[in-house]
Amino acid sequence: MLQPHAKGSVTLMQGNRACAEAALAANMRFFAGYPITPSSEIADFLSTALPEKGGIFIQMEDEIASMAAVIGASLAGAKAMTATSGPGFTLMQELIGYAALCEIPCVIVNVQRGGPSTGLPTSPAQGDVMQCKWGSHGDYPIIVLAPSSVSETFDLTIRAFNLSEALRTPVILLSDEIVGHLYERIMLPQRDDIRLAARRAPSEPMPGSYRPYAVRNPREVPIIPDLGTGFHFHATGLIHDEEGFPTRDPQQAAALITRLHEKINCRKREICQVEKRRVDDAAVLLCSFGATARSCFQVVKDAREQGEKIGGINIKTLWPFPDFVFRELPPGVETIVVCEMNQGQIIGEVERAVCGRIKVKAVNDSSGTMMAPGEISSAVFKS
Amino acid sequence: MQFSSLDQLKERLRLDRLPHLWCPGCGNGIITQAFLRAVISLDIDPDRLVIVSGIGCSSRVVEYLDFDTVHTAHGRAIPLATGIKLARPSLKAVVLAGDGDIAAIGGNHFIHAARRNIDITVIIFNNFNYGMTGGQYSPLTPQNEKAATAMKGHVEPPFDIHDLARGAGATYIARSTTWHALNLPALIAGGMEHEGFSVIEVIAGCHVNYGKRNQRETAVKMLQWQKEHFLPLDRFKVLNTREKKGRLPIGLLYSESRPEFTAHYRRVYRMGRQET
Repeated sequence: MLQPHAKGSVTLMQGNRACAEAALAANMRFFAGYPITPSSEIADFLSTALPEKGGIFIQMEDEIASMAAVIGASLAGAKAMTATSGPGFTLMQELIGYAALCEIPCVIVNVQRGGPSTGLPTSPAQGDVMQCKWGSHGDYPIIVLAPSSVSETFDLTIRAFNLSEALRTPVILLSDEIVGHLYERIMLPQRDDIRLAARRAPSEPMPGSYRPYAVRNPREVPIIPDLGTGFHFHATGLIHDEEGFPTRDPQQAAALITRLHEKINCRKREICQVEKRRVDDAAVLLCSFGATARSCFQVVKDAREQGEKIGGINIKTLWPFPDFVFRELPPGVETIVVCEMNQGQIIGEVERAVCGRIKVKAVNDSSGTMMAPGEISSAVFKS
Repeated sequence: MQFSSLDQLKERLRLDRLPHLWCPGCGNGIITQAFLRAVISLDIDPDRLVIVSGIGCSSRVVEYLDFDTVHTAHGRAIPLATGIKLARPSLKAVVLAGDGDIAAIGGNHFIHAARRNIDITVIIFNNFNYGMTGGQYSPLTPQNEKAATAMKGHVEPPFDIHDLARGAGATYIARSTTWHALNLPALIAGGMEHEGFSVIEVIAGCHVNYGKRNQRETAVKMLQWQKEHFLPLDRFKVLNTREKKGRLPIGLLYSESRPEFTAHYRRVYRMGRQET
């Protein structure tokens, strides 16, 4: 195992490995998963590395059980995660909804491959954008981060744990086969430079009187005790009151769901991250995320050398969608070209954000191959 | 086992959550009482016991018990308890759930937890049907008995949960009924003391949704049926084949000692002493 965290170092690393290393650096101490490519390297590495850190790795009987074990470990106080790909991610949806409702921190890594169903194992795709948002039934918010490089995979994995623990919400790291299997240069941060958010715990047991889901204002994150700390806490997938017990009271039901959304939405500007390149004087913007953003930025670089007024946006936070970024674009932007390895998912969010003020065009690819810069530039400049 | 007093039982209940949602005459209360008697007899620190349940009538029991309690999704109590137990081995983990929850939607989790021999005690409230949704058949509904989705008599044969658990690797397997309530606390306590995966199946009466379709439409008839069809293992053993038909043994049916998963994992990876 690398020991990257004592001092910064430059090395060659695979995207999936960077995810696993970052999780260890974030003090993740429980992993449950089920074998599936293209995420396998994460589990393979952690099966040995986690016990060395005093943590637990377990391969469960399926992805449903994996997600259940992750939630159980998190309730017991461990920073916990799983990693999977499309078919497994589908099975995890049931309990992602449970974690969202019960406000249980956990990180779910989805290294996307072609779908639907068994799809294209193991070729790249970006077809799970909407599943991340709407995959479990009911109306719940979620945070989804999408890395476009090995380095970003490391940083966003740390960030996923920080957001998850601080906001008590499931966070999805939405990687893809290209980023997950890519080997590239990474500058690993020094241990002291990695800032970690700690889960807040109630100060001392107050048996019988503690209201774990009570907040002073709807934007606050509830302080929920870990199991085994004397609070006799009750978690339930039923709509619950501030004590955590089931309620059918319409006002309390509405208040809970509204608060869950508000908890994320009121922090949208701090949660959302985008990387902009050459946007200020651009007439055309290439907009993408994950591996496809790399091709877009290459097109921006090449076309700028040809004198084209073109820029790019890499959306690193897919959910909540950073719509304010698109509403606040410079007035010179005439066209946004949304490039994604699917038949058009995040484009709907871009259209919603610009509300007809800017022309939005799509470049889509469901071939199971990387969207090359040439594919994008010919689509942009032929018309 | 010393018989715990009503006051002792009340101390372990969330009295403000009562009355419970079960029908009058339901067997779930008898099992709940037996479970609490087992916990009290073992003198378990109530802060170190986590009770996990699934979905269904019986799974709502956790709401009434004054411990750390987790009411999970349908069928997922065992894998969730697995995560709890692995992350904090010093906690005692008990799963309380119904026959549909454990044997149908959670069946895969049940056999794998048994195979691992993880130190979790599972108490199955077996009322032979899905009571909460109106009395549909479960994997434990006896063949030819009627259910909301089997009005001509159930076509499928049931699991014998004892055979299933034993085949999968459970190391403590017991069965009782709500009629044989006096034996129940000791059987549950035995499972909780056992280091490994322990299963206690308890036959519970659901006269409202199950009994009414099978000539057992009152709580009393449900109990009489249990009394006639279940008998202690030593008495069952001496019956001839014809007498055994339609009857099942109760008591501690099987136990063995085998390395417990959580402890064995820590030994293999030289992780040292378990955290507290």
